[in-house]
Amino acid sequence: MRLEADLYPGVAVVLLVLVTVGTRSFFLLPDREPRLPGWLRQGLRHAPVAALLAMVAPELPAIHAGAAPAWHDARFLAVGAALAWFAWRRDDITGTILAGTGTLMVLRIGFGWA
Amino acid sequence: MDHPDPDPRPVPSPSRHRRRDALRDPVLRAAFAQGRRDIAGPALGTVAMGLVVGVAMAQSGLGLGVVLATSLLVFASTSQLACLPLVAAGAPLWIVAATACVLNLRFVVFSVSWRAYFGGHGRPVRMLLAYLAGDPVYARFAQAHPVAPPDGHATPQQQGYFLGLALTNWAAWQVSSLAGIALADVIPAAWGLRFIGVLALLALALPMLGDRAVRLSASGAAAVALATASLPMGLHVVAAIAAAVAIGIWADRRWRPAHAT
Repeated sequence: MRLEADLYPGVAVVLLVLVTVGTRSFFLLPDREPRLPGWLRQGLRHAPVAALLAMVAPELPAIHAGAAPAWHDARFLAVGAALAWFAWRRDDITGTILAGTGTLMVLRIGFGWA
Repeated sequence: MDHPDPDPRPVPSPSRHRRRDALRDPVLRAAFAQGRRDIAGPALGTVAMGLVVGVAMAQSGLGLGVVLATSLLVFASTSQLACLPLVAAGAPLWIVAATACVLNLRFVVFSVSWRAYFGGHGRPVRMLLAYLAGDPVYARFAQAHPVAPPDGHATPQQQGYFLGLALTNWAAWQVSSLAGIALADVIPAAWGLRFIGVLALLALALPMLGDRAVRLSASGAAAVALATASLPMGLHVVAAIAAAVAIGIWADRRWRPAHAT
């Protein structure tokens, strides 16, 4: 029993590493080209941005019922700043991140907002 | 018998010779530098998430050896954040593995695209490159090189660019994870580190919204993600991807019939 308990975290880590390697290289493992139907291959072009937005959407404060009203939520304004920057300087990913992060930092650390 | 050897130097193995020459290629090096520059902004998100995960690991109650091994090897922020509490609570291993699989499912979809760029390389190389290809690496690379090389063998420029993105991102993660572990008690929550990671993902997503069909499918994805946000194990991301693909297939047929099959 004690040996199992000692091994458990180590085995868990090994499993996590295998999952990372296996999922990231899944369709790269076979030597031959995997046969996906054409319609699916085309449809998968929509998957990456969907995945990213699916991770972002639940964390956005305006949609989440937060404690502070939207105008006083530093995260809400940070997202606004990021979107504004993106609209102004299209495709400048770094600038967008910096605009949002800068706003967040200034409001939180400088002004003590939530 | 006497056989004078006209060329007494040992002949280097051909593949090692090729690889060494490949790494000296100025096109590859210039592309590497460009990749390093292009990942700088998203790397801020990686650093923020690295700190968050490092702090979470240090405070999870797991032994230092486990924490360090996880930090160095797993390289998957969402899995680590979700699975560490499970491991700390002694959850069954199959649940830990299943949770990690679902959370990493988007990478399975990414690997379909990677096939077009790296399919021509050997399997160990393919696996290593894919292992290094986190969200910001995929997003940046796809934006810079939307057209795949014809034979599945990445051009020197693409190779260099990928390595610039991937190695820099990996280094940023390792340093920030270790810093998070070391500084767990002194990093204030007020920094909103996790939200910086969210901002980075948002910034990476925005340039991908290039045409009407993608914008529609992306809106659908966001809506489904919000509606299913309470599902466990990150299933809301899987639901959102499925919805986006379905909507996207419909939208492509309607608005881009020349492209749709």
